[in-house]
Amino acid sequence: MSSSGFTSELRADVAIVGGGLSGLTMAHALAVGGISVAVVDREDPVRAAQADFDGRTTALARACQRMYEALGFWDMMEAAACPILDIRVSDGGSRLFLHYDHEDVGDGPMGFIVENSAIREALMDKLGDRGITHVAPANVAAVVADQGGVSVDLSDGRQIRAMLAIGADGKFSPTREAAGIRSTRLGYGQSAVVCNVAHELPHNNVAHERFLPSGPLALLPLNGGCSSVVWSERDAVARALADMDEQTFNSELTHRFGDTLGALSLVGRRWCYPLSMSHAERYVGDRLALIADAAHAIHPIAGQGLNLGLRDIAVLAELLIEARGLGLDLGSAGLLQRYQRARRFDVTTMVASMDLLTRLFSNDVPALRAARRLGLGAVQRMPRLKKLFMRHAMGTLGELPSLLRGERPGTG
Amino acid sequence: MVQQRTNETPASKRASTIDPVDVAQFSALSEHWWDEAGPFAPLHRFTPVRMGFIRDCLQDLPRAPATEVDRSRPLAGLRVLDIGCGGGLLSEPMTRLGADVVGVDASGENIEAACAHADGVGLSIDYRHTSAETLAEASEQFDAVVASEVIEHVADLDAFTAALSDLLRPGGGLLTTTLNRTLRSLILGKFAAEYVFRWVPAGTHDWRKFVNPAELTETLSRHGFQVSEETGISYDPMTGEFRLTKDDAVNYALFAIRI
Repeated sequence: MSSSGFTSELRADVAIVGGGLSGLTMAHALAVGGISVAVVDREDPVRAAQADFDGRTTALARACQRMYEALGFWDMMEAAACPILDIRVSDGGSRLFLHYDHEDVGDGPMGFIVENSAIREALMDKLGDRGITHVAPANVAAVVADQGGVSVDLSDGRQIRAMLAIGADGKFSPTREAAGIRSTRLGYGQSAVVCNVAHELPHNNVAHERFLPSGPLALLPLNGGCSSVVWSERDAVARALADMDEQTFNSELTHRFGDTLGALSLVGRRWCYPLSMSHAERYVGDRLALIADAAHAIHPIAGQGLNLGLRDIAVLAELLIEARGLGLDLGSAGLLQRYQRARRFDVTTMVASMDLLTRLFSNDVPALRAARRLGLGAVQRMPRLKKLFMRHAMGTLGELPSLLRGERPGTG
Repeated sequence: MVQQRTNETPASKRASTIDPVDVAQFSALSEHWWDEAGPFAPLHRFTPVRMGFIRDCLQDLPRAPATEVDRSRPLAGLRVLDIGCGGGLLSEPMTRLGADVVGVDASGENIEAACAHADGVGLSIDYRHTSAETLAEASEQFDAVVASEVIEHVADLDAFTAALSDLLRPGGGLLTTTLNRTLRSLILGKFAAEYVFRWVPAGTHDWRKFVNPAELTETLSRHGFQVSEETGISYDPMTGEFRLTKDDAVNYALFAIRI
């Protein structure tokens, strides 16, 4: 599957710290562009492949789905991906809702709901074919940059020497902390209960987002007729929901969600993930680039977390592949500045709007309720504004790096 | 890592084309070559566009048929002379693209800085403190010669071109980038860059030594070269990057084949 059999020192163009979905996708995006990559993952690959490792699903925006297509993964993921044809956003007690129909923008599904485990499986499967060195389980002791390169020292004494290190080690990124890059963190006091449910009525490929006073509740359609639930609640309530007996949970969930899909019933286990937002003050350091949650973690309210990370990956991969094609140093400060300039504005906008959405909807102040109903209704009545929102959600707005257009960098 | 390093004196029986004033100017700054925000920042910014042109021109040169050329090493099998290599800003990327590079500079300090940096990044490059004339006398042969931002610093262009001609095997390529001698290059390439933006230290360039494309083409043809590619290079203040353009009034690049 993958090779981690080096004894003391390994040389690669790029060393990626973190072997989650972002780190693995980054590795593939670079490897197809002719860049040699080593990925260090602290998780044991056997454990990470088990069914109960990650219960989350991802709403892959169209642009990100095209990226996986360009990287040669879509064939493997498609069977597990459920197309979203319609998104309905509604406010707690009201029937007013915002209705995004894919026919409004007229180019196929708005996105796909894919279980994280299916994405992970596809990414792991091709590591060997692409010549990616996968070092796992292994812990990073230090990342040390000097003028000539960067060393990723593993706690077992081995070392990876590269031109650039990429921190893809999540919201609490030890790589970011060690580099002295500060991060703004906002706790919401909320956790998300994540699980799959069966329902009496078919989902018809509709994604539902209900804004309840205590936090948003999303039902995302899955292949095979079930839906994935992401239910944000205050920490204590979320923990109670995750722990309560199945019958009580089912009736509580059905009560909150309403009768759109009939009675809802749990399939499999429940996970509980604490929610917080964080944003790094810088995305780059000496021979270091931060991507995905290591740079920015947002509220999963609109399913944009991984999509935002995939956009980092598309931009960084394009810059690095271009530089590699010119024989340039992949860790140069100029290149890293270009990455930061390209990403930070986009992300800042997203972080701010997700935070605003969360705060706006996670409350029950009457004036705000009226305002947000007016807001949702107003957007619904303004087709052009709505299209703009939809294109943003689909990730097809603005000038896109080649991977997000479904092309491999340097081949277009 | 084996660093080859020779310290020949640039003296030779041929007349030297080296301008001692310019050499002293660059030597004084040698420790800053790889500081992307330092005195050579504009050269760093200039590197992607010139490397793109170098790769695109050099990768089509004929080479030994057995050479294994893959996508990440398009210059594999080519012996390339980087004349006036400075701190190695082009020698290093050309080496990464697979070329077998000899980097030559008239300043010993530059060669020391280049060697130290190549060592640090783990590249093996044959840097020498010598001159084109000395190499020509030793009958060295190359598949390509790169003279980037050099000819505007050369004391005798005719003699320099003659030496480069001797160093190239027939069918080999000479790639130069330099500054045109126009009113705009005087204003932008010299005064603005040296005195207004302070991109490069004052006195870096002597505008009178700038060569226009017609003069350079004429000189090259007298020494057995045929120009095959010519392009302007412009600075885009919006993106802060250089790119290839039709406008050759300030910077331009020529690629010529040794007949």
